[in-house]
Amino acid sequence: MQKNPHKATDFQPLTKNKELDVISRPSVSFWKDAWRRLLKNKLAMAGLIIIALLTFLAIFGPLYGSYDHRTTDLENKNLAPSFESQHLFGTDDLGRDMYQRIWYGMRISLFIGLSAALIDLTIGVIYGSISAFSSRTTDNVMMRFADILSSIPYLLVVILLMVVLGDSVNSIVRIIIALSITGWIPMARIVRGQILQLKEQEFVLAARALGANTKRLIFKHLIPNAMGPIIVTITLTIPSAIFAEAFLSFLGIGVEPPAASLGSMANDGLSAMRYFPWRMLFPALFISLIMFACNVLGDGLRDALDPKMRK
Amino acid sequence: MAKYILQRVVMIFISLFIIVSATFFMMKAIPGDPLTSERSVSEEIEQQLRAYYGLDEPLFIQYVKYLKSVATWDFGPSMKYKAQTVNDIINDGFPVSALLGLEALFLAIGMGIILGVIAAMFHNKVPDYISMILAVIGMSVPNFLLAALFQYYFSLKLGILPTAGWGDSFEQTILPAFALAALPTAVIARLTRSNMLEVLQQDYMKTAKAKGLSRLVSTFKHALRNALLPVITYLGPLIAGVVTGGFVVEKIFGIPGLGMQFVTSINNRDYPLIMGTTVFYSIILLVMVLIVDLLYGVIDPRIKVSGKGKGGE
Repeated sequence: MQKNPHKATDFQPLTKNKELDVISRPSVSFWKDAWRRLLKNKLAMAGLIIIALLTFLAIFGPLYGSYDHRTTDLENKNLAPSFESQHLFGTDDLGRDMYQRIWYGMRISLFIGLSAALIDLTIGVIYGSISAFSSRTTDNVMMRFADILSSIPYLLVVILLMVVLGDSVNSIVRIIIALSITGWIPMARIVRGQILQLKEQEFVLAARALGANTKRLIFKHLIPNAMGPIIVTITLTIPSAIFAEAFLSFLGIGVEPPAASLGSMANDGLSAMRYFPWRMLFPALFISLIMFACNVLGDGLRDALDPKMRK
Repeated sequence: MAKYILQRVVMIFISLFIIVSATFFMMKAIPGDPLTSERSVSEEIEQQLRAYYGLDEPLFIQYVKYLKSVATWDFGPSMKYKAQTVNDIINDGFPVSALLGLEALFLAIGMGIILGVIAAMFHNKVPDYISMILAVIGMSVPNFLLAALFQYYFSLKLGILPTAGWGDSFEQTILPAFALAALPTAVIARLTRSNMLEVLQQDYMKTAKAKGLSRLVSTFKHALRNALLPVITYLGPLIAGVVTGGFVVEKIFGIPGLGMQFVTSINNRDYPLIMGTTVFYSIILLVMVLIVDLLYGVIDPRIKVSGKGKGGE
């Protein structure tokens, strides 16, 4: 056995070099970093501003003008847009003010989009995390079930459900139910994938060692770490829900009168497009604007939240 | 490979069984049936009609009968069009929809790839921005609105293309095909662009450049081929999109395709027709997705299709 040639006195504590330890830049959290990246993305910021503006107008827009969205005025039907009459976007075939109806329809479209996204989020997170934490067999069965459900074309399921639910529930609730029935699947897949990836990491082991149970583990440790992909999925769910709603309303099985959404208004305007184009063009414009804004914001968020995707 | 195909085919049959059962019970769950809702007829006639449509039997017998008829490809008589069976309607409508769909498919693939390649070749320059903004617009304007806008500008305002109709001239197919193709074009353009950007960074592109290939040749012969692989995976959803998009586009342009039949059957509450078209659509889409997956394995030997491909981690 060789003797250790070093003596205890050979080791001297290193004098701390204070200058080297100074942090020259403030530490940036993940979210701050993502936000900074998002700010640089002009298209995404444009999307964010458009969404903010449209939301603001959907809430406060109706304050302008002396009309409301449901009063009919048969003497002033199909008026062209003008400032003098205060019908900024004209009137429809029942003389209702299109400006007021647009904001009213916008509220309904946004409400449907947000509710569908929220329901998808809830179901997806619960289903996905249960699947990820279950035994291999249960996990397999749960994912096969999701596979089968998602192999049925989305709009076909939604249309069928709309027909089946019929008049038993309010048309807006009906759409939200129909949209959520398979809408949660992408979210569940993403949550499951993220959890499977994360749950082998050391911080999860540490949390377990400190006595965290599975529920705490999921909601306090795993979901917050999977937040990036979840948020991106939500921002892309909202426009697809709005699109699906408009699609259904356009087919005449969506929102029913007296309620109106941008899609049903576009459908109403379609037949009169030749003579009164504004009845079709304004709802179309606003649907497209909101879809555009959500899409570019979703893209921007994906680039900002997923550092691997960085250019 | 054979095991994989078998597994997939079994999955398709399970999916189809669930779809058929679900549509059947969903249709039965609707309060009342098509006969009660219309005008009142005498007791005897109603009995006769019920017997004709098999509505007088217990639910379970109806279900078994329905499964049997689907298995033998017989969807029964339509309730709205008395003289036609659902099979007739599908046989009449599908070729029209398929033609329109194929036209849109070719347009989307062609335009999408061209836009994507231009964007990638001029990365972060004006052509890139223009084609990507075009793509985002294509993704944002819903196809039914695009169809209506096309109709408004090109037919009503400019009068250069026919407003609606089918089967008289090729011009009639242009507007609906473009309206249907817009969304997939946008998605393909974006996919192509991002894949191209990735491929252009690869070492073999440097090799191609080093051995003196011109930019055009190296882009199209080496980069594009590899960049297109992931685009093929999108073909499945693309076909689904073109099919469902057909519902509204056919409605707007008055095209007598299957999509229009489906929409009318919903408005008419023509249950046998709704069920028949739903099952038919599902079969087409499931088979298409399978074909695309298999094709992907054939085209890209690096990808091993196997039973474990999709399920595991």
